Amino acid sequence: MALTGLEIYKLLPQTNCKECSFPTCLAFAMKLAAKQAELKACPYVSEESKAKLEAASAPPIRLVEIAGDDGKLAVGNETVLFRHEKTFFHRPGLFLRVKDSLPAEEIKKQVAAADAFKADYVGIPLTLDGYAIEAASGDPAAFAGAVKAVRAASKKPLILLTSKPDVAKAWLEAASGTRPLLHAADASNWEAMAEVAKAAKVPLVARAETLDDLATLTQSLTKAGLEDLVLDPGVKGPKDSLEKLTTLRRLAIKKNFRPLGFPIITFPGAGGKADDVLLAAEHIAKYAGFIVLDTFDPASLYGLLVLRQNIYTDPQKPIQVQPGMYEINNPKDDSPVLVTTNFSITYFAIANEVEGSGWPAWLVVTDAEGMSVLTAWAAGKFDSERIAKAVKTVGVEGKVKHRKVIIPGHVAVLSGELEGDLPGWTIMVGPREAVDIGAFLKAMWVN
Amino acid sequence: MAVEIPKEKWSGTVREVTLGATREQGGTRTRTLTVGGETAMPHHAFEGSFPHPPALALEVRDRKPTDWSPLLLQAWGAAMDDPAAWAKAAEQAGAELIFLTLSATLADGKANTAANARAVVRKVLEATGLPLAVIGPGQAEIDNELIVAAAEEGKGERLLIGTCEDKNYRTIVAGALANDHVVQSKTPMDVNLSKQLVILIHDMGLPLERIIMDPTTGALGYGIEYGYSVMERLRLAALQGDSMTQQPLIVTPGEEGWKVKEAKVGEGVPAAWGDWNRRALNWEALTANALIYAGADIIVLRHPETLRRLRGVVDALMAA
Ligand code: B12
Ligand code: SF4
Repeated sequence: MALTGLEIYKLLPQTNCKECSFPTCLAFAMKLAAKQAELKACPYVSEESKAKLEAASAPPIRLVEIAGDDGKLAVGNETVLFRHEKTFFHRPGLFLRVKDSLPAEEIKKQVAAADAFKADYVGIPLTLDGYAIEAASGDPAAFAGAVKAVRAASKKPLILLTSKPDVAKAWLEAASGTRPLLHAADASNWEAMAEVAKAAKVPLVARAETLDDLATLTQSLTKAGLEDLVLDPGVKGPKDSLEKLTTLRRLAIKKNFRPLGFPIITFPGAGGKADDVLLAAEHIAKYAGFIVLDTFDPASLYGLLVLRQNIYTDPQKPIQVQPGMYEINNPKDDSPVLVTTNFSITYFAIANEVEGSGWPAWLVVTDAEGMSVLTAWAAGKFDSERIAKAVKTVGVEGKVKHRKVIIPGHVAVLSGELEGDLPGWTIMVGPREAVDIGAFLKAMWVN
Repeated sequence: MAVEIPKEKWSGTVREVTLGATREQGGTRTRTLTVGGETAMPHHAFEGSFPHPPALALEVRDRKPTDWSPLLLQAWGAAMDDPAAWAKAAEQAGAELIFLTLSATLADGKANTAANARAVVRKVLEATGLPLAVIGPGQAEIDNELIVAAAEEGKGERLLIGTCEDKNYRTIVAGALANDHVVQSKTPMDVNLSKQLVILIHDMGLPLERIIMDPTTGALGYGIEYGYSVMERLRLAALQGDSMTQQPLIVTPGEEGWKVKEAKVGEGVPAAWGDWNRRALNWEALTANALIYAGADIIVLRHPETLRRLRGVVDALMAA
């Protein structure tokens, strides 16, 4: 938890020597508290005070980073319990579990298929974040083989699931050159696991069923010199997850409780009973950092990734595209002209639809301050005046020889006024939903 | 190491609202539905009480809709041709509330009528013993005409009636006052607007125990985050003791989820979207599931399979 100016002042030399360029130590302390100055500006802070101040300014949830052959993932460093309070920063990683008991060729095939998954959501590419390889076979040769097989098929970050220190060691060698997450140390194996993780410089998961045991474990691991830890509180179903993960988030953010100030890993499919897709969704909204899925099904993965995107958008600013003129399917001078707003979801809904329909078109995107058609209309940001101004300024008049513009069906009421604001243009009212645009153009667009 | 578990203590409670009236209470319902009463953030059972599980409702229409996904038509089959049969099927599928929506037009394209609204409400009331919501097409003038008639027809049944919006709340509230119903107070995703409309409705003399707030929701991928956060903020305000935000929340993820392309369309979509049927079901379920964690008290769905899945989540959250 951040210290107040006064608390910081107590840790400063209090000599008012002004070398930090502030008139007094107190003034400097106030600026530090407001994060408008840096501690190193004062040459006289004692080592002890420095350590205290640094500890106090460390994020309440440690940022833990893992890396594959190509691509990194950092989770943690969250600052709020509810997204409206500021925003959630580091999207939880979605990993697919792969068992080493499968033949290497089969592993390669499965991972290659999952790795090829790429969906587009409002221009943002959505993919899996990596693979969690599980030592299920009990055969040491299979362990290393599985890591190699996965690395042959994917460059994404890995999680290694084993509670045996010797297996972990062999695996980390097979994974050398990357920075995987090692899962897991528990009350029985932590000393050996800590050594392995420390030698390989990889983050380690601490696993315990109760928060008391978990805190005891992380303290032992911290004392053993490990800084990058991840928590596995062994959650079972929706209720247990909500309680444990909420408590962990609160302890870190509201109490600055260091022993549990780490990101969390969950296994929504582990209990076997719960609806794993819906449980994974809960973990996305409520505080997981790494989520390991048991099955690869695009029909659920796509939804989960979109949910993650939605929950982690900045509530202060809607995702938007640049206003202006967009060309779709190489439009010509007789291609239709459509207008829409610059809210990303709106823009991509209509742009993808037109593109998919095969129609060449000019898309005029007005500056509606990132709002959807109806929201912008209701807020006065997508009115006749703005549309007319956009049509006149984006240069579409020089591109087409006709004078027809199609507006969204939801704002049909604007057509009369728009005729006045855009003299010489015919205003056509399009369908309400983007899905119907292809059929509409087919029926209505005649030159 | 003994970790001291932080618990939140709140001063406010969500109001309890009951839908449906039995014979003894002047109606004909075989069961009633009470929602609300929570004393902590959604499903934080470790620090508050949750006397009623979130209720799962299914939407039934006065006539077979022309714009619903073929997957929904498949799920309900011939039952959709008759609102009474549809309501029965919804009851069998596990609904705790029938959410009857009236169309703007009749099958022949002419404007829907008060007489038709009455007949449908009567039919559905006779077909099932569940509490009933009767909601207009969402256009002020038509809503007023249809809902006033429906409210009279269902007098004493403690229906949930709507849509009660800033434009037309007066007529609908008058209908609720005269016939002993509850209203759905609907506002577009804004904490202050939600609160304001509750105040206006209450000022007309309707007790707060007869108002349910609909904060409006968007579908997954199409604005759900706005609704989700508005609900969390409303619930925080309620627990902090802001009286006019203490109404239970109703949301319509079925309608929103099935409106979008991911649910509606099976062909010509990216391969990465996966199997259409599973994707569409996930779209509704993921939208609804998120809203449960944001504080939804009544969740209106469209597909029986989604209801089944969410029942599992609700049961797990409410387990002792
Ligand atoms: C999310 C949302 C918000 C978000 C804003 C999101 C954003 N960045 O725009 C927030 C919470 C901020 C918001 C605020 C408000 N909102 Co609002 N909001 C919504 C909601 C739930 C979803 C909108 C959405 O994102 N839709 C998805 C996008 C993709 O849809 P779209 O832009 O319309 O695009 C589709 C079509 O129009 C078409 N299309 C798009 N472009 C084109 C172009 C052509 C040529 C064609 C043919 C088709 C086409 O394709 C798209 C896909 O089919 C709707 C209700 C609902 N469920 O629809 C209410 C809604 C739009 N909001 C409404 C209102 C009133 C408001 C407020 C004015 C409330 C208030 N007083 O505060 C404010 C205004 C904002 C402000 N003052 O700052 C009303 C509008 C009512 C009306 N008919 O006038 C709605 C309809 C809710 C309601 N039923 O009352 N809102
Ligand atoms: S440099 Fe250090 S000791 Fe000198 S005034 Fe600034 S804070 Fe105080």
